[in-house]
Amino acid sequence: MSGPILAGVLLALPGFAAADELRRYAVVGDAIPEPLTARGDATRGRALVVERTSTCILCHNGPFPEQKFQGDLAPNLAGSGSRWSEGQLRLRLVDASSLNDATIMPSYYRVDHLMRVGPAWRGKPILSAEQIEDIVAYLVTLRE
Amino acid sequence: MRLAGIILVSALLTADAIGAEIPPAERRSGTSFMTPDTKAMQDDDTANPGMLWVLDGEKLWARKIGAADKACTDCHNDARTSMKGIAAHYPAFDKTLGRPVDLQGRINLCRVNQQRATPLAYESRELLALTAFVAQQSRGVAIETGSDPQLAPFIANGRELFMQRQGQLNLGCTNCHDDNWDKRLAGSAITQAHPTGYPLYRLEWQSLGSLQRRLRACMSGIRAQAYDFGAPELVELELYLMSRAKGVPLEAPAIRP
Repeated sequence: MSGPILAGVLLALPGFAAADELRRYAVVGDAIPEPLTARGDATRGRALVVERTSTCILCHNGPFPEQKFQGDLAPNLAGSGSRWSEGQLRLRLVDASSLNDATIMPSYYRVDHLMRVGPAWRGKPILSAEQIEDIVAYLVTLRE
Repeated sequence: MRLAGIILVSALLTADAIGAEIPPAERRSGTSFMTPDTKAMQDDDTANPGMLWVLDGEKLWARKIGAADKACTDCHNDARTSMKGIAAHYPAFDKTLGRPVDLQGRINLCRVNQQRATPLAYESRELLALTAFVAQQSRGVAIETGSDPQLAPFIANGRELFMQRQGQLNLGCTNCHDDNWDKRLAGSAITQAHPTGYPLYRLEWQSLGSLQRRLRACMSGIRAQAYDFGAPELVELELYLMSRAKGVPLEAPAIRP
């Protein structure tokens, strides 16, 4: 009786743990050249950038005429794709503090070295690997 | 020679750390960041909703309560004279507790120890009303908090909390309120975070609220675990903010967007 239940638990556990862990990535110079997951979708990426809960436009502004409330603490996102390569954009989203520890840009794909994270967000990155790839796919299209 | 060099370097580092604080001549109340309409609402007592709490507070000030059947007036008489300038010195060091207490904490200590009544809950209408009534007596008085040397270690703790990055967004108060107060976060003015008008009426809240409520909202904004109401950390943060705002006139009950 207990056999199948135990087997079920054992089978379920690795899958659960994998979902909770961050994907590994390799930094080359100031970039992460390889995608964290499957290639992103630029349309979904734009929708994420203008969505307040993603937090991008709290600090940045950009070519989003429909968005009345944008920030000006950080550079305008217009031309991001001309200024940075895809891999450079990826590292700047994943962990900008690895390039400049004084930056106010949060590390969107990092869960360690943080203090007093609220219970709802503890152990979770700000954005998922898929969301990061969608945003990278969108930002590379912003060329001047 | 080497020693002199070390002293020079440490003096420069210290100067740099202090230099991050906003110099007195550049300190600006949150009011100066508001639209003319909101400013006008704050300046007109008949339009300022915070005055409804002040009027309630005035009634509570004279009401006898508790096992001692005493009112605030029985010890403090007319608040217009006895409470003038008091809020400009808070949070203040309490000798019995050996730590600073804010104005709300002081009101509750009086209720428990003098009136023999139960303490009022944080953000309750009564506590906000009494605090607003007391704070309003210091309108126009320049902030003086922090001159008591016994407060020094608590101010230092508050400053550390202000500088500390925290939460999922990994930001410290200083990242916005020292370094970017002239900028806009999602279209809203960031301000210098001088607590000149608390308790204040926030249009977003549609209510009067305490500085502790505001600090907790900021902490949730950076996705950090907010300190509980009444936590020593919130009082220390208030203490640091008040000492950092030294010289700026009080304006309770203020209006904020």
